[in-house]
Amino acid sequence: MARDFSWIRPEPWGIHVIPADCWIDPSRPVDRALVTHGHADHARGGHGETVATPETLAIMKLRYATCEGAVPVAYHETLSLQGGVSATYIPAGHVLGSAQILLEHAGERIVVTGDFKRRADPTCPPFEVTPCDVLITEATFGLPVFRHPPVEHEIAKLLSALAANPDRCVLVGAYALGKAQRVIAELRRAGHVEPIYLHGAMERMCRLYEELGVDLGDLRLVSDAAKGALAGRVVLAPPSALNDRWSRRLPDPVTAMASGWMRVRQRARQRMVELPLVISDHADWDELTQTVIDVNPAETWITHGREEAMLRWCQLHQRRARALALVGYEDEDD
Amino acid sequence: MERFAALLDALVYTRSRNAKLRLLADYLRETPDPDRGWALAALTDGLDFPAVKSSTIRNLMSERIDPILWTLSRDYVGDSAETASLLWPNPETISNDPPPTVSEAVDALALMTRANVMADLPRLLDRLDAEGRYALLKLATGAMRIGISSRLAKTAFAQAFDVSVEDVEEHWHGQEAPYRALFDWAAHGAEAPSSEHLPLFRPFMLAHPLEDAQLDLAHYAAEWKWDGIRVQVVRVAGHTRVYSRSGDDISGTFPEIAAALEVDAVLDGELLVRGVHQGGEEGGAASFNALQQRLGRKLVSKKMLADYPAFVRLYDVLIVEGEDLRPLPWLERRARLEALVARLDPGHFDLSAVIPATDFAELAAIRERARDDAIEGVMLKRRDSPYLAGRKTGLWYKWKRDPLLIDCVLMYAQRGSGKRSSFYSDYTFGCWDGDPDSGAELLPVGKAYFGFTDEELKWLDRYIRNHTVNRFGPVRETDKSLVLEVAFDSVHLSKRHKSGLAMRFPRIHRIRMDKPAHEADRIEALKALVRN
Repeated sequence: MARDFSWIRPEPWGIHVIPADCWIDPSRPVDRALVTHGHADHARGGHGETVATPETLAIMKLRYATCEGAVPVAYHETLSLQGGVSATYIPAGHVLGSAQILLEHAGERIVVTGDFKRRADPTCPPFEVTPCDVLITEATFGLPVFRHPPVEHEIAKLLSALAANPDRCVLVGAYALGKAQRVIAELRRAGHVEPIYLHGAMERMCRLYEELGVDLGDLRLVSDAAKGALAGRVVLAPPSALNDRWSRRLPDPVTAMASGWMRVRQRARQRMVELPLVISDHADWDELTQTVIDVNPAETWITHGREEAMLRWCQLHQRRARALALVGYEDEDD
Repeated sequence: MERFAALLDALVYTRSRNAKLRLLADYLRETPDPDRGWALAALTDGLDFPAVKSSTIRNLMSERIDPILWTLSRDYVGDSAETASLLWPNPETISNDPPPTVSEAVDALALMTRANVMADLPRLLDRLDAEGRYALLKLATGAMRIGISSRLAKTAFAQAFDVSVEDVEEHWHGQEAPYRALFDWAAHGAEAPSSEHLPLFRPFMLAHPLEDAQLDLAHYAAEWKWDGIRVQVVRVAGHTRVYSRSGDDISGTFPEIAAALEVDAVLDGELLVRGVHQGGEEGGAASFNALQQRLGRKLVSKKMLADYPAFVRLYDVLIVEGEDLRPLPWLERRARLEALVARLDPGHFDLSAVIPATDFAELAAIRERARDDAIEGVMLKRRDSPYLAGRKTGLWYKWKRDPLLIDCVLMYAQRGSGKRSSFYSDYTFGCWDGDPDSGAELLPVGKAYFGFTDEELKWLDRYIRNHTVNRFGPVRETDKSLVLEVAFDSVHLSKRHKSGLAMRFPRIHRIRMDKPAHEADRIEALKALVRN
């Protein structure tokens, strides 16, 4: 007999865990929120109590100045909530502090992945496969055309553009949380030891990563750089700054963007990007489908992204699935 | 193929013309024959493989992916070749063969038939990565669409081997991919390919704008500059071609012209369509708007031919019956042209008249009085000038009619590209559809992205940022407070625009900071300037 898992209910503004009366990644203020990771569309302020990993709480504190009612929970630690529900936070491999949340109630196991990826990332612990009855997964890149190339390949592209343009700088658009630090860490791993210059909006997050133990090497601010110091350097800025006034101060930048969307040529052209770098912190199509196979749940629920193709894939592979149509999760810049 | 794939991608992402030229020139210089020749042909739409169509891609994929997943993917990506390149499954056994070279791929594609394409094309695709597959599928289906005109390719070729673009133009025609003789000539100093028996394009002689100069008509002859498209009609040994200014073969669009030339010659003139009385002579040339009905058509219906009959108004003769007249002075060529016109079909060829002005002031007065809508201005040609390729100082001048002006209100602005990518430099402006003080609205009448100085651009950019009321992606809607004086060559009725009007060559003439928006012009004022 098919179970209905009625103790958990997706609403457009978040996933409601009814017996515990708490919400996962709610997009409106609630009494108790379980937050998977620090990106603003998942971690909003104003909740009575916020349960998250210490890293995620530190990120939220940085963003919202305060984080009242913070309840830290370490990876693999199990937290008993009211109504006979327990929650365990498990690494999701998305950004520093990101977690999947395993919910257990009345012998049933439900995993909410939050945003995740399956590839190695020097800035956070890797995704762990967690067997469960219901897998609630994202599908940001849920189309079979999205197959991210190896990150080393993309970093090599960046470094060769840098070498080929000694009089210019390479300006990389990247999310200020996660993507920027991963690109820096991957550059360091590839042996790039030169100073990397930051847009002011990225500085605090990079410093926080370093305080939390992620070494990012020699980082400097564009605003402190002497004229001419930026030629031949990597400069990181939020995607919104790429083609705006801020970038006028740079020496004829090669405009790059680190994002999974860069896989599609017209998307890169729309952003006026000269050097698309297909680097994503989300699972690609192969990772999404492999995760469903690895976790092997009785049901797969899809929170946001291109859910049509994922639903079709589940159907073709005789797997029960449904789309939840949650609102407010945007990943246009990933 | 990897190098070609990298070139293709770089061209897709590069917006500046100079950077594109550099990329192409580097590729042509550094790539061996015959790969570079095939690549050049592919980029300029010169390759055709009958067995590979865009339906081939669909059919190939239908064997490899669920049709619903294909459709969802194709709709998202917007391009079948790109979608297939991304979806192509990794081969089960890694191929030992290296990726095919461009010429290997071309040879294999040329041998494919409809019977074996479904088996043979996958074997090539299996040896390539996603970028290589994209390049191969684009090359095979002949649908590059990456904005490389044949003119750009020729300029890059000239730049790569440090030869003149006029020589490249002259020797290019009649050569077939992979252009071995052309590369041997440019890269290795071999003799230029012979073109004696082919209907080849010869580079045009062009004019500088006159600006404020006054010329002595003892040395310069004046003739009308017609508002059509400049063409070259070439006939050699019974083969006739009509070429546009960029050297594109447009014989198919104007079959009646190609059919009408019965003398072996190379003629320079203006292509026009015959119209009703336009302020000029009866049965003369119609305005550019009428000609536009004929442009860009691959197939021409009988009705088109009857409704918009084309003819060429001749300016010059370059070659006649094998004799190259280009070194002769203009005066002698003109005499030869007048003699030749008498032998041509008068329905399709006539002579652009020389203006009988005795001095510059008289010429200025004649130009001022000209009411014929097909006249764009006046040409001044040095009487002793040979016919030389390109724009040579002091020989030919164009003196256009003064532009029309209208005051419009800035409505929307969009960011530019390249050097201007952080500036709002593309402007949409409108006129009032009635009395602005009684609730009239602005209707967009045109777009312009030049005419202003760098200083004015900075000022406009700042103004727009401070007067934005709405954003739509890269576009900002302004509070419609700024008046721009817009200059344009002419305005025509158009069904494609909400205002019902379309301007030709609009540009920002002046920023009217002094003028309040409600005093800008109304649609009626613009409509009054329409010439059909």
